[in-house]
Parts: sequence; C-alpha cells; structure tokens
Amino acid sequence: MKKIVKYVIADILRNKIVLAYTIFLLAISLSVFNLDDNATKGLLSLLNIVLIIVPLVSIIFSTIYIYNSSEFIELLVSHPLKRNKIWISLFTGLAGSLSLSFFAGAGIPILIYSPTATGLIMLTMAIILTIIFVAIAMLAAVMTRDKAKGIGISIMLWLYFSLLFDGLVLFFLFQFQDYPMEKAMLTFSSFNPIDLGRILILLKMDISALMGYTGAIFRDYFGTETGFTIALGIMVLWIIVPTWLSLRKFNRKDL
Amino acid sequence: MIIANNVSKRFGKLKALNNVSVTCIKGECIALIGPNGSGKTTLVKSILGMVVPNSGFITFNGKNILHDWLYREQIGYMPQIGRYPEHMTIGQILGMMKDIRKKKKTDTLDEELIKGFELDTQMNKRMGTLSGGTRQKVSASLAFLFNPEVLILDEPTAGLDPLASELLKEKIIREKQKGKLILITSHILSELDELITQVMYMQEGDLRFHKSIENLRKDTGEEKLSKAIASVMKNS
Repeated sequence: MKKIVKYVIADILRNKIVLAYTIFLLAISLSVFNLDDNATKGLLSLLNIVLIIVPLVSIIFSTIYIYNSSEFIELLVSHPLKRNKIWISLFTGLAGSLSLSFFAGAGIPILIYSPTATGLIMLTMAIILTIIFVAIAMLAAVMTRDKAKGIGISIMLWLYFSLLFDGLVLFFLFQFQDYPMEKAMLTFSSFNPIDLGRILILLKMDISALMGYTGAIFRDYFGTETGFTIALGIMVLWIIVPTWLSLRKFNRKDL
Repeated sequence: MIIANNVSKRFGKLKALNNVSVTCIKGECIALIGPNGSGKTTLVKSILGMVVPNSGFITFNGKNILHDWLYREQIGYMPQIGRYPEHMTIGQILGMMKDIRKKKKTDTLDEELIKGFELDTQMNKRMGTLSGGTRQKVSASLAFLFNPEVLILDEPTAGLDPLASELLKEKIIREKQKGKLILITSHILSELDELITQVMYMQEGDLRFHKSIENLRKDTGEEKLSKAIASVMKNS
C-alpha cells in the first residue's frame, strides 16, 4: 500500500497543476498579509479564499485525476492487490499531496505572520476541508463512467456546498422567521462542512458579535470544548462517510 | 484449478454471460472461441475479478475468489487492449509492477520475453507514444514476468508482427510443457492448432461446448481446428 501511495504522489507532484496551486496560494497569502500591518485582517481576507478556492481545487482536481488514472487502476486491479488498498492509496495520495500543497502555499505564511490560535484553526480547517472534498470527489468519480458527467457532478456539488446551501438556509429562515430557529440553525450547519469550517474559524476570531443573536447561540454551542469536539467529529464524519460509500461502490465496479 | 459455477453477468439489458459453468484443470491449454461479443472477455475478466458476476461464483484452487485477491499472484493476464498510464515509460511500468508485486529478493523473474521482444533497448519510450504492437509486447512481457501458474491471454497475437507472434507462441508452448494452465482467446484459429488441448465455444453469452480437441475432431470429422469450428458454427 505504501508503494502505491508513493507512485500516486510522485505522479501528482509531476503534474504542474499542484505546483501552480501552491504558488497561487503563496502569492495570495503573502500579498494579503503584507497589505496590512494587522495580521488578523489578513487572516479574515484569507478566510474567504480558503472557503472558496480550497474546496473548488480539491474537488475538481481529484475528480479529473481519478478519471485520468483509470488506466493505472485497471492495471493494478488485474494484479494481486486488494481493491480497498488501491482506492485508499489513491485517496491518501490525493489528500496528502493537496494538503501538503496547501501547507506549503498558505500554511507557512500563516505560521509566520499569524502564529495564533486563529491561524492554527484556519490551517486545520483548510486541511480538513481539502480531505473532505477529495473524499466527495472520489464518490462523484466512482458514480459514473462518463468523465464529463462526473466532473459535472463535482461542480454541482461544489456549487451546492459553497453557494446554494446558504441560499436555501436563508430561504428557510425567511419562511419560518416567526419561529425560533437558532437550534435548527445548529443542525443545518452540520449538513455543510464549509459552513462548519467557517463558523469554527469565525468564532475563534472573536467577531461572532457581528452575527447577531444566532452568533451568540453559536458562541454558546461551538465555543465550548464539547461543542468544538462535536463539530470536529462531524467534519471527520464528512470524510469517513463519502470514503466508505465510494469504497463500497468501487469494490463492486466492473473494470 | 479454476471452476466457474453458473456465472451470469448483465450489462444493462445485454446478457454478457448466461449461466456459464466451466472447469479448467492444471496442465490444460484451453482455447476460448466465439464470435465477437459472445462474452469471452467478460468470462476472462470475471475470473480475474475485474468484473463482478451478478450471480454464480468462481473458485480458484477451491477458494471463492469473491473476497480473495491473493489468488491473482498465480495468474498472468494479458489484456486484449492493454491500457497503461500514458506518461510512464516502459521501464517505469515494468519497474513499478516489479516493485509493487515482488515480495522477496529471491523471487525469480521471467524476463525472457522482455529480451526476446527487444523491449530492453526501448525502456525510455513513453507508453503514450507506443504502437499497438509494442503495447501488446509490454502486456505479454508483464503476463509472463512473475512466473504465474495460470496464464490468461486475451487475443495474444492480435497486432503482433509475425516474428513476435512466433516468439510468443514458442513461449506459450514452453510454459505449457511446464504443466501450467493456459487460457487463450483468439480469432486466428490456424495458429491455435499446435497449442491447445481443449476447446470452449461460446455464443451469445452461452457456453455451447467444452471438449478436448480430439473429441472435436472426431465429432466433426475435420482435422483442422478452423474447419471444425466452421462446421460447428454452420450446424448450430
């Protein structure tokens, strides 16, 4: 298994896209931190990039990569290797190299300019989001043989998680504005890992006051040790469930 | 050695395999013959676990292959259309497979075909730039590389030049004499004459018959395999 991961990572690193992604993140984070003396402001600007770009790059790159390695997968499947191992190795390789790329591009500047708890949370959230979206991408890629369809599903999923979901929640809130919705909001946020990541980072930034009464509820809930642990647990579930589903599907797939 | 029991496989509405049961015994050299789309490759891929049957099961040395994968250590497979990562060179592909599969340093590798096909002089060529024939040579070399007990060759000589195809045939005969089980699918019947001991004939997902070549010759009264099969196809 280690050997397959080694070949996958070597293959991804040879691909210039990951290098370009690293340089892009490096350029953005350096410019954001150098624009202002206040590192917290820099972090806030970086937050939006992290929540939009990281899931987008992770999901699209991983989907295309899985489709492009269909030959590699086919070659390995006819040899004495467990299918689980092949799939998990691909997952590890993708998640590992994209996380590494984020760490090199944005993680190191964060640690240099803002080595605070907020910075650390942001770094952790970005890496967890990378892994989650690699897992979702692999599920999308294993669902259909058609490459265009698979990439389409990935883009739709990304759109859903970063834009549509918030719209739906807003719509829901307006429809039921006469009722107390704060508890429901807590539940809703667990259905979207990006939202969960955003809430956890914002709470550490101490600007939750800007979010009004709901912000205070979030503060009460996620601000505590248990709330934080539960939120992290939900994010880990967001990694495990798609991976498990795609693994099941891949084990029964005809090649 | 390999027993398939009532194996069925559908691709949507198409029935690729219909209750196929076969028994392959060590030392046999079996030709799998049938028109295009008769389910030969699907049967071969089910034996390899690349295609999962809808019903029925396949055992290898008495063990069900469904949750087993180690049995593939004993199979060398040469696909009909070898698909390889395009940007890797021949050397990298061979190196990677050796690296992933080889367990002990003492395992001997059979590099006869690599030398025979003169692949060792073109190790730096990328797979994407290779001609169909050279790809076939790589597939054949990989199938024989790990000294497997069973060889499954899907259209082995399609696309090979006469020299290479002769070389591969001699290699198959040598392996057969070592008592290995060899399963060949091919449309070029004339070249199978000297290789095989058994014939399996498939049509539309059904296994029509599985008999030894002597019986087939006796039943049809034809000496040549191609003529014997032609007479079977006419009568069915």
